[in-house]
Parts: sequence; C-alpha cells; structure tokens
Amino acid sequence: MNMMSESAVEKALDQKMSDASHKMIGKDVSVYYGEKRALFDVNLNVRENTVTALIGPSGCGKSTFLRCLNRMNDTIENCRVTGKITLDEDDIYDNNIDVVELRARVGMVFQKPNPFPKTIYENISYGPRIHGLSKNKADMDQIVEASLQRAGLWGEVKDRLHESGTGLSGGQQQRLCIARAIAVSPEVILMDEPCSALDPIATAKVEELIHELRANYTIVIVTHSMQQAARVSQRTAMFHLGQLVEENDTDKMFTNPDDQRTQDYIMGRFG
Amino acid sequence: MASTHILSAYDDELKYLSRRISEMGGLAEQMCSDAVRALVNSDAALAQKVISDDVILDHAEREIGDKAIVTIARRQPVAADLREIVGSLRIASDLERVGDLGKNTAKRVIAVQGTGVPRKLARGLEHLSDLALVQLKDVLDVYATRSAEKAEAIRSRDEEIDAMYTSLFRELLTYMMEDPRNITTCTHLLFCAKNIERIGDHATNIAETIYYMTTGAQPEGDRPKDDSSNTLGAITE
Repeated sequence: MNMMSESAVEKALDQKMSDASHKMIGKDVSVYYGEKRALFDVNLNVRENTVTALIGPSGCGKSTFLRCLNRMNDTIENCRVTGKITLDEDDIYDNNIDVVELRARVGMVFQKPNPFPKTIYENISYGPRIHGLSKNKADMDQIVEASLQRAGLWGEVKDRLHESGTGLSGGQQQRLCIARAIAVSPEVILMDEPCSALDPIATAKVEELIHELRANYTIVIVTHSMQQAARVSQRTAMFHLGQLVEENDTDKMFTNPDDQRTQDYIMGRFG
Repeated sequence: MASTHILSAYDDELKYLSRRISEMGGLAEQMCSDAVRALVNSDAALAQKVISDDVILDHAEREIGDKAIVTIARRQPVAADLREIVGSLRIASDLERVGDLGKNTAKRVIAVQGTGVPRKLARGLEHLSDLALVQLKDVLDVYATRSAEKAEAIRSRDEEIDAMYTSLFRELLTYMMEDPRNITTCTHLLFCAKNIERIGDHATNIAETIYYMTTGAQPEGDRPKDDSSNTLGAITE
C-alpha cells in the first residue's frame, strides 16, 4: 500500500517536472574573473521541483555558474557577470534586487559542512531571526523542529539542541547545514559538492534527503561524482571549458548522451 | 572505440569480453556447420564432437557473465561502456543458444543414422544451413567492426532463411504423406530444420544488439519475417 502511494507521488512529481515551468532561466550568461573569461554565453534553465546536476571536469565553470544563481560571485573581487538570470521572471542582477532577500529565496549548501560555532538550535534559528520569519519563541521552536525534520536530523539531535553544531559528525553537520538552508523557506537550494567530504553512508543519507526535498524545492547540485549525478538528478548539464556542452534528461545522459565530450567525460576516457 | 579509458585496466576488461565473444562466435559457427555435415553424411563421430564442444561454449558464456558482473561492480560503466557490457551478456547468451541448437541437431544424427537422409532433403538442409551460417558469420564480422549500418542490413536478411525453412517444411510433409515409414526420419529432420532456422533468428538478435550497442537506440520497425510454416497444412478450402 505504502509503496503504491509512494510511487504515485513519484509519478506525480515526474508529471509536474515534465510540464514544469522554468524556475530559473539563465540567458547568455558569461562570467569574467578580471581578464579571464570563465563562462561563455551559457543558456541553461532550471526546472521547478527538479534536481539539476551540473557536471564537468575541474575548472569547467560549473561552480561558477552555480554561484551566479544567488549572486555569490558578487563577493569575489574582479568578478563580472553578463547576460541575464531570472528567478520567477525577476531579473536577479537588477539593481532593485535585495541580495540578502535573494539569498533567502535561493539558499546554498557548501562542499565542507560549515555550521556556525553555535548550538544546533541557533544554527537553524539564525536565518529566520534575521529575516523576521518568527513572531515568538514557540514559533521559532516550530521552525527549528520542522527544518530538522525535513533534513532528516530531528531524531538524531532532538535531545541535544543546545549542544554545539560543530560537535556533530561530518554527515550530520552537512544535514544541519541543509536544515539551516531550509529554515528560511527558500524556493531554490544550490549545493556545491555537498557530499565530497562525507563517507558513503552519510552521502547516502544526504542523497536520500535531496530526493525528498525535490517535492518542495528546486535543487541545483554541482558534483564531481558522476554516479551521484546519475543517482539524484532528473536533469544533467555538462560543462567543459566554460561552455555548456549538453543538457539532457539524466536517464538519457548516462545511457546515450548526444555529445561526444559528455560521452568521453562520463565514461572516463581521454577526450 | 577510438579513445581509451584513463584506467587502462578498464580497457583490458572490455577487450577481454569482446575477445571471448568472438571466440564463442567462432566455436558456435563451427559446431553448427559440423552438425549439419554430420547429419547429411551420417557421421556419428563428428556428431559426438559437436555434442562435447557444447560444454566449452556453456563454460565460456558463464565466464563472460562473471566477468561482466565484476566489471559492472568495479567500474560502474555508463553510456557506450554500459551498452557494450550489457550487449556482451546478450550476445553471449544468444551464442550459447546457437551452440545448443547445433548440439540438438547433432544428437539427431544418431536417430536418423539407420535410414539415412534422402539426397534431395539433404541438399535442402544444407542450403538452409548455408544461409543461416552466412548470417551468423556476417553478424560476427559486424561485431568486430561495430557497424550499425551493416547490423541493420543483416537484420533484414532473415526473411530469406524463413522462406527456405517454409519450403523445406512443405517438402518434409510431402515425404511423410507419401510413405508413413518416412515419418520418424522426417520428424527428426523437421526439428533439425527448425534448429537451423532458429540459428538465423539468434544471428538477427545479435545484429539488433550490435545496433543498440553502437547507437543506443533500438532498430526501428518489425523484423521482416517470411515464416508461414505455422499455418501450413491448415485446411483452407
């Protein structure tokens, strides 16, 4: 019974994906670090309620593109972004956009788990507090619990919410960071190699979490592990030398990609 | 297969699979041609050799299966590599079946030995087996070159074998009707003809697998068929 309803949910999600609107649209996106051009006119759309994986060899521009999606590149000196990126039709590089609010809508999880050196509770409550998302303590308790529940961490930490977040294991810390990202109710979650510092069990838990989060969020993940891209994503985009080589359904990408460079890269061949 | 993997051991594993498939193909081809020769010449010794060769073929199929599983587990192949390995498994099982059909034909040599095979039927069987073996040989050559185009061409040739089989079927029926003493021999020969016709089908399967391995797509359209033996002899007046 349970399995049937789960597969029904899965089906509904796939349906939702196939006629999904584009949550974010990147048009002719180029990025320059000083004189050096890192991205060349990338046109890539991110579908709603879909996990989109960005793959490609080191230095191909996938992380650069990811960071464009919530203007993290603004923090890098000499970095210049051209082209247009929209979030629900709002131009995120428009002068009127509040970058702090943008980053609440487009959250981010990094390669290394980076919890604040504070308690587990405070790690989660920080974002909602500065964004004024809770009215009182009870409200905040609820946000903290819900976020930890969604991140699949509640059962493991509910009795030590006031212990330091840095005392958790690596995998738990990463899920804490995901809970922290969720706490401000983002629409899109960006993940930059979220499992590269984790062991296989912790990786599996994060991947399971990504799978579940897809129902409520739009996810873009950069990964060096091709198997991970194949496991968690519905769409895959392959970058090479700053260019988007191919974007396709993940199933197609890993059985019969259109582009020779994709083929060579995912099969571990010399290009 | 122009470029190679960064991990050379991976290349070696894939090469091992394709080498073993080619070997299996060569043996299966030899077995089938020997089986038909043993049949038309009533050569029991040759038939016995075919029967014992089947063990080698079975063994090769299992080894290919084991190696493919280990390669999948160790390398997590994707795209063309994955299709290559899955294709190897399919082709190995087709070739193993071809060997079984050769063996079954060889076993019947002993049963028809006493009466011998009428000249005309022997020629018919030889012709049928020539067609099937050419099909098998060609498909193994295509396996070596991985040409999707040629694989598709072979697939469309199965029709000829089917037509030949139907005509042989009709002939065997006639013999049986002429003299009931022919029934035992003719029934065995009918099974032999069916075996040979099935070899053509397996060759066609292999052609389809090669097409898939190379292109990632299934060949389009139904495979052409001209086997009307399944309705032959039905009263149509």
